[in-house]
Amino acid sequence: MDVSFDLLLNAIISGLLLGGFYAALSVGVAVAFGMLDVVNIAHPAFILLGSYVAFIGNTVFGIDPILAAVIALPAFYLLGMLGYQVYYVAFERRDDQSLRGLSFFFGLLFITEVTLVLIFGVDYRTVQASYIGPSISLGLFDVALRLLVPFLVALAMVVGLQVFLARTFVGRAIQAVAQDQGALRLMAADPVRIKRIAFGLSIATASLAGALLIIYQPVEPSIGRAFIGRIFAICVLGGLGSLPGMLIAAMTLGVAESLTSTFFGPSWSPAVAFGILLITLAVRPSGILGR
Amino acid sequence: MTALLQVDGVGKRFGGFVALDGIQLDVREGERLGLIGPNGSGKSTLVNCICGTLRNEQGQVRFAGETLDGLAAHERTHRGLARSFQLPRPFTSLSLAENVRIPIIYTVNARGRHGLTGAAIDARCLEVLGEVGLAAKADRLPRDLTQIEMRKLELARAMAADPRLLIADEAMAGLSHGEVDEIIALLIRLNGQGVTIIMIEHIMRAVMEFSQRIAVLVAGRKIADGDPKEVVRDPEVVRAYLGE
Amino acid sequence: MASLVDKTTVGGTARGLSGVSFTLILIAVAGLTFVAGRWLGISYAFVMGYTIVQYIVLSTAWNILGGYTGYVNFGVTAFFAMGSYSTVVLYKLTPALPLPIMILVGGVVAGLVGLGTGYLTLRLRGVYFSIATLALAVVMQTLMTNWDLVGGARGAYVLRPREAPLIGGDYVQYLFLNMLILAVLAVATARAIERAALGYGFAAIRDDEAAAEASGVPTLRLKLIATTLSGAFMGMAGAPLPYKDAFLEPTSVFSLDYAVNAIAMPLIGGTSSWLGPVIGAVLVGGLQEYVRVTISSAVNVLVVGLLLVIFVVAAPKGIVGLFQRKR
Repeated sequence: MDVSFDLLLNAIISGLLLGGFYAALSVGVAVAFGMLDVVNIAHPAFILLGSYVAFIGNTVFGIDPILAAVIALPAFYLLGMLGYQVYYVAFERRDDQSLRGLSFFFGLLFITEVTLVLIFGVDYRTVQASYIGPSISLGLFDVALRLLVPFLVALAMVVGLQVFLARTFVGRAIQAVAQDQGALRLMAADPVRIKRIAFGLSIATASLAGALLIIYQPVEPSIGRAFIGRIFAICVLGGLGSLPGMLIAAMTLGVAESLTSTFFGPSWSPAVAFGILLITLAVRPSGILGR
Repeated sequence: MTALLQVDGVGKRFGGFVALDGIQLDVREGERLGLIGPNGSGKSTLVNCICGTLRNEQGQVRFAGETLDGLAAHERTHRGLARSFQLPRPFTSLSLAENVRIPIIYTVNARGRHGLTGAAIDARCLEVLGEVGLAAKADRLPRDLTQIEMRKLELARAMAADPRLLIADEAMAGLSHGEVDEIIALLIRLNGQGVTIIMIEHIMRAVMEFSQRIAVLVAGRKIADGDPKEVVRDPEVVRAYLGE
Repeated sequence: MASLVDKTTVGGTARGLSGVSFTLILIAVAGLTFVAGRWLGISYAFVMGYTIVQYIVLSTAWNILGGYTGYVNFGVTAFFAMGSYSTVVLYKLTPALPLPIMILVGGVVAGLVGLGTGYLTLRLRGVYFSIATLALAVVMQTLMTNWDLVGGARGAYVLRPREAPLIGGDYVQYLFLNMLILAVLAVATARAIERAALGYGFAAIRDDEAAAEASGVPTLRLKLIATTLSGAFMGMAGAPLPYKDAFLEPTSVFSLDYAVNAIAMPLIGGTSSWLGPVIGAVLVGGLQEYVRVTISSAVNVLVVGLLLVIFVVAAPKGIVGLFQRKR
């Protein structure tokens, strides 16, 4: 094995870019699972939905995929609010969350995947944009814009969300509801309404994440499942309830996967996330920056 | 003679928050101990550390002379420790009889000395329920119970484990005067049968009536431990908990 | 119908049929089914029968950990495929090994995987176990796709005998018979668990794990038992597959369809007793087959997903729950 410094550095940089992208995929779950304790394993399905929306926007209307995702944001937000309402009425209120709640989301994941197959088929889909193709030079390396743009957008998303959570009333209420619902009621805010908003935001991030996904790589309906392990590994590693922790974890996973892929081959990538998940759960279940 | 339960310098932290700080407490066999203190003083944390739901970082808990370190909660129950939960936690899909059946088949029978089988188990279930006055509802589900009945079920389930020491964690919260009397009588009867009892309560009348000794927990520390009448007059206890 | 389900939940002194009588009835039903099939002589009937009975085993297996103990296993395909792949490995090493032995080995392998996964993840919240099973399926698929002995991504071929050993006739009938025996075993085991102390322990864990521990239930040990048993039966259900299709490749054996069905069928049929998974498997399996033949195979799978979501939201106790006596 020829471990050249160039190869190593390249792997690390790709890993960081990958990590940023993973953060975009995971931020929705960091909110839903980390703060609302809603185990939305169907999140990748919503991401894929976002990918296909971006795809339609791009191929049918000729819009930039990220722009298409932004336009679709309100729809995803409403979808999230609706989804939470159903979840709340059916499960949380009845205090029957684990078995049936999980199965509910699993069913959603599955239905979305199959519906996408029925509508779009199993062929891989891609989008066209000015930044897909060319690379730019960053010092010693050429970085494909196709990888850099998702990274930048992802960072913007996560930072933006963190600012929202820390600075606005609703944002702080969301953080509060994660920790103590009773106190929230005393603040004259309705916990259910706050959670609905939070879940709406969570699904809205899926819209953008989907656009970033289809920019990053070609998509077809079943690839969502490959990301579930990664997303939850990132959220657990980062510590539930902490967006900065999630970001660090995402970068860590990205670099770990990139290094594994470079030196052992790309087919072992899914195992990396699983391994990290198991190790985290065994050694420090509260994660890097968890409560 | 060594005390039945020895809490020896037990300490517990949650992150930066010190929940228990060097708790030293002995409970003699057959004793009726009352444990009081303001909300958040660490009473439930202490119970959890004794029973194994939480692990104490410092100190040791010893039962019948043997350390409980490293033992899972169910193993401690097998040794003879039982507790009722502050907020009742019944097995919601099982009938009352089945609820008390669980500790019988998993604790009493696990002790191996005299395993009950078949009809004897059924009879014992009804017997335990009878001691708390719930025999008539043996086939009902917990959701059909009133508040006090839930708390009685909670106690019944702890009793069904044939404990040497029972910790009753705020079993009387929210009950009426008469209902409180019922529970006190039940616990005294149990104590008469040889069960050591630790009662955690806010209802001072009950604590005074029941306890042979009172310990007071404030902000994770034990600030008093002794005869009920003296503890109740202790200025520090009055200041921290009882009020003027 | 109510008398078939001895009690509405786990509990009570064991009423109704004894375990032995029940098993004998199961064997009789299975035997009759098989004889009727032989008499009809339609090959397709055996294939469809195999699929449905396979789902009876999968659903019953899932339900032991899911419905009885409350831990949701999304990695059904990991265990199922382990059975199939162990058959392929045995086939490469000792092709003459009788199928029932291969099935047993498949069960042992999958059971060990279940034990290992459980040991790593069951000390934590049930949610983490479920997520871990999901990741496990992906990892298993990756491993098998990269393993040349079993054909990797291209798959492996299995030469299946033309005639069924022991009973003669088409080989598919032999496969069906094996699956029937497996189903009898699975259902009898599930019912036996329900009526034994083990079933009570599982129910206590499901309802309130902390209270179960406080009552003396060794929760970790019981959860490991449930995971191992469940995994083993899933592996046994997957073991004959390479012989049925004469071929095994990762994309189809790790197909999410198996997982969705294994979860949907008990949830639709009812998770509180052995009868639910059986009803779920027969009804949903039959419905799937009908839709597949009349509309399309992609739609049939969508139907199951929709039914799962609808039942989970609107009828949490499943079909069995609709007929239960009110206490």
